[in-house]
Amino acid sequence: MKLKKTFRKPANSNVGDFIYKNLTMIFAIIVFSLVILMSYEMYIGSELSIKKFGWKFLYTSTWDPVKNVFGGLPSIYGTFITSVLAIIICILLGLGVAIFLSELAPNWLEKPLSFLTELLAGIPSVIYGLWGIFVLVPWLRKVVEPFLIKNFGNLPFFKGAPYGFGILAAALILSVMVLPIISSISRDVLNAVPDSQREAAYALGATRWEVIKITLAYSRTGILGAVMLGFGRAVGETMAVTMVIGNRPIISASLLDPAYTMASVIANEFTEATSDLYISALIELALILFVITILINIAARLLIWRLGNRWDDKR
Amino acid sequence: MTRDSKNFILFRRKLINHVMISATFLATLIAVLPLLFIFYYTISKGISSLNIDFFINMPKPVGETGGGIANAIMGTAILVGIGSAIGLPIGIFAGIYLAEYGNNKFGKIVGLLTDVLSGMPSIVVGVVAYTLVVIPMHHFSAFAGGVALAILMIPTITRTTEEMIKLVPHSYREAGLALGVSQWKTSLIIVFRSAGKGIATGVLLGLARAAGETAPLLFTSLGNRFWSTKIFQPIASLTVYIYKYAQSPFEDWNRQAWAGALVLIFLISLMSLLFKFFTRSKYKKSR
Amino acid sequence: MKNENVLTNNINLTENKTDNSLSKTKIDVKNLSAFFGKNQVLKKINLTIPENKVLAIIGPSGCGKSTFLRCINRMHEVVNGTTTGKIIFDGKSIYQYDPVVLRRKIGMVFQKPNPFPTMSIFQNAVAGLKLNGLKNKKTLAEIAEKSLRQAALWDEVKDKLNDSGVNISGGQQQRLCIARTLAVNPEVILMDEPASALDPISIAKIEDLILELKKKYTIIIVTHNMQQAARISDSTAFFMTGDLIEFSKTSVMFTNPKEKLTEDYITGRFG
Repeated sequence: MKLKKTFRKPANSNVGDFIYKNLTMIFAIIVFSLVILMSYEMYIGSELSIKKFGWKFLYTSTWDPVKNVFGGLPSIYGTFITSVLAIIICILLGLGVAIFLSELAPNWLEKPLSFLTELLAGIPSVIYGLWGIFVLVPWLRKVVEPFLIKNFGNLPFFKGAPYGFGILAAALILSVMVLPIISSISRDVLNAVPDSQREAAYALGATRWEVIKITLAYSRTGILGAVMLGFGRAVGETMAVTMVIGNRPIISASLLDPAYTMASVIANEFTEATSDLYISALIELALILFVITILINIAARLLIWRLGNRWDDKR
Repeated sequence: MTRDSKNFILFRRKLINHVMISATFLATLIAVLPLLFIFYYTISKGISSLNIDFFINMPKPVGETGGGIANAIMGTAILVGIGSAIGLPIGIFAGIYLAEYGNNKFGKIVGLLTDVLSGMPSIVVGVVAYTLVVIPMHHFSAFAGGVALAILMIPTITRTTEEMIKLVPHSYREAGLALGVSQWKTSLIIVFRSAGKGIATGVLLGLARAAGETAPLLFTSLGNRFWSTKIFQPIASLTVYIYKYAQSPFEDWNRQAWAGALVLIFLISLMSLLFKFFTRSKYKKSR
Repeated sequence: MKNENVLTNNINLTENKTDNSLSKTKIDVKNLSAFFGKNQVLKKINLTIPENKVLAIIGPSGCGKSTFLRCINRMHEVVNGTTTGKIIFDGKSIYQYDPVVLRRKIGMVFQKPNPFPTMSIFQNAVAGLKLNGLKNKKTLAEIAEKSLRQAALWDEVKDKLNDSGVNISGGQQQRLCIARTLAVNPEVILMDEPASALDPISIAKIEDLILELKKKYTIIIVTHNMQQAARISDSTAFFMTGDLIEFSKTSVMFTNPKEKLTEDYITGRFG
């Protein structure tokens, strides 16, 4: 007996489904290609400079547009030192805020405070810079830096004139901008620690702070990830830094001296760049920034992602 | 251990407990301080310059006092508009793809790249927009600035869309499919009805951020002292305005920078508050 | 149904009928009521807990058994709960003790094993001691071994003391938590359904452990498994919706319960 073949339509034969799936996939591909395109464009743009200076670009310190000689070291140094200083300043503060909001604050206090710290993150960089120029820098120039020179002037970190603008100003502004990132991600990480951990500690007769220490130990990977993300943000920050750092391509140990960061060089000089080589050198700086931030971000995401996966194996 | 040393250790533990807890409270106060400072200064220094003239005039030439930010506000609006026109469709559809079909290797890579993109410094994005648009066109334009803003918006919107869709319970989807509605229609209904509010607030957030960007605009849309709505010409923006006027040696211009900053903060705070308002939970959370 | 008697039920078990010796009262609970905000979860509980015996607390879900346990070591207040009434421990009200000190004398083991994942097995075992400032490595090692032996875990982990505290099976993790509790030398051990998340072999091991431990410690165990209560406890308290329905020797409770509710629960007519 012949079995009637039942004619079955495949699940997605609907034309609408086909269009929908592929249409959305096209846009996903656009996002995918965007990153590839960006890397490509920057590489092409900096080719001229790479060919001329090679690896020396990374460690020579002459940045001379007139003579068309470009060494990236001063701006790399400036980026590095301001970001590291910013992180040092705000890591304890950021953790303190995260602990307070996650473990200690009562609900009615936590919500508005969390909102305020997130509002900090939403203020445009240029407004931080504006405030920096007219409020922070004069304060540094008139109060803080003379104090530092008087009492610590023999240290190489505090030599020089109280200019106001400089590494210290940039580091301080950066720390204010990065603090919300560190504190809100750390707060989320702390909130994710299961209550059973805290209970175990309480039951052993731990004080409240000791319970918090246990929670911190549990989430240390995630907190490290938060710090790295903050660092990545500091490295790429442009406007506020440009407005207060003094914009001088010099390398100095003193926090009181002006400096340059990669981002601020690009911001300041891009429209003034006269020769192709000049522009290419600036694009090369952008490429370096691009690579650094990609690496930091991937590392940070891996850390935070790993925290989520770690404790599930033996449950 | 002697009884005395036991008591001492207990006392010390409790002391450390009190000190550290107070320290975290102090840290929070210190952290909120800059925010209060910035708001205070911006309001006090900017408010005196806010008048009708400020909002409807163009900047005056160098040396003359007065002038306004009319073209800057328009410019920011146009730039954000172009950015959204390009960035919103890409972001939303890519987000839909990731949520509905993204459970494969390609989806994971796109997700990773989206995260990479979101960490990109805005100045780098500006450089890319320069090479992609300004160079081929041989001049600066609002369009180039819009492209830069679009690139900046896309990762946020993609991620938010994806997450909001994923939050919708699977049972909604099953209900639709069980009724015989095709998959794409079910998906669209879910996207617009259930996830719609969350996506809209993500979009608001992206727009607020874009409105506050400066660095990428410096060499894409450049700036313009005159009223312009032409997309393929340089255009003014509120943020670049503040930047230039803040750095100028003229006190009158500095004053206007503060006023512009006040307007900008007001706009962005408004969007943030709307965002918070729309995402508030209807139910009280029990601890 | 004799409900009027239930609320004022105050049976003192200071006479042990099978061996004619008097057991000291370790904990005396008087008119304990517990609240979460306005929500009352325990209603005027009266109970005495004898020393070196096992008290089992049984009852359907939501009857307040876990809350009762957490009132005793003042964990209830950590989640912002409030109480009225008295709990007397060794002659003093528990509120006269510093909670930090009280919780060392009254330890707790939880339903789901919760060793600290960032610490090794050894560090987990001595976690409570380190909090109290004990630094001497030799003493720590001695106490670690002693408590791991008491928890019947030593032989299984003695070669891997530096492995992570979560790289062992669920049953072993729970015994590690018990060792951790024992290391601080408590007098009372509270156990909140300690074996319910474990496999049958681990359950048996832990029940044997409890029978061994009661020689030195006073144990209160919450369980939803009545056979378990019958196997290991000396006395049993039956709670329902916040009331103490019946409290008597285990042998009596399970063969000849006084209250009809108790009988219904034990025979499985509800819960």
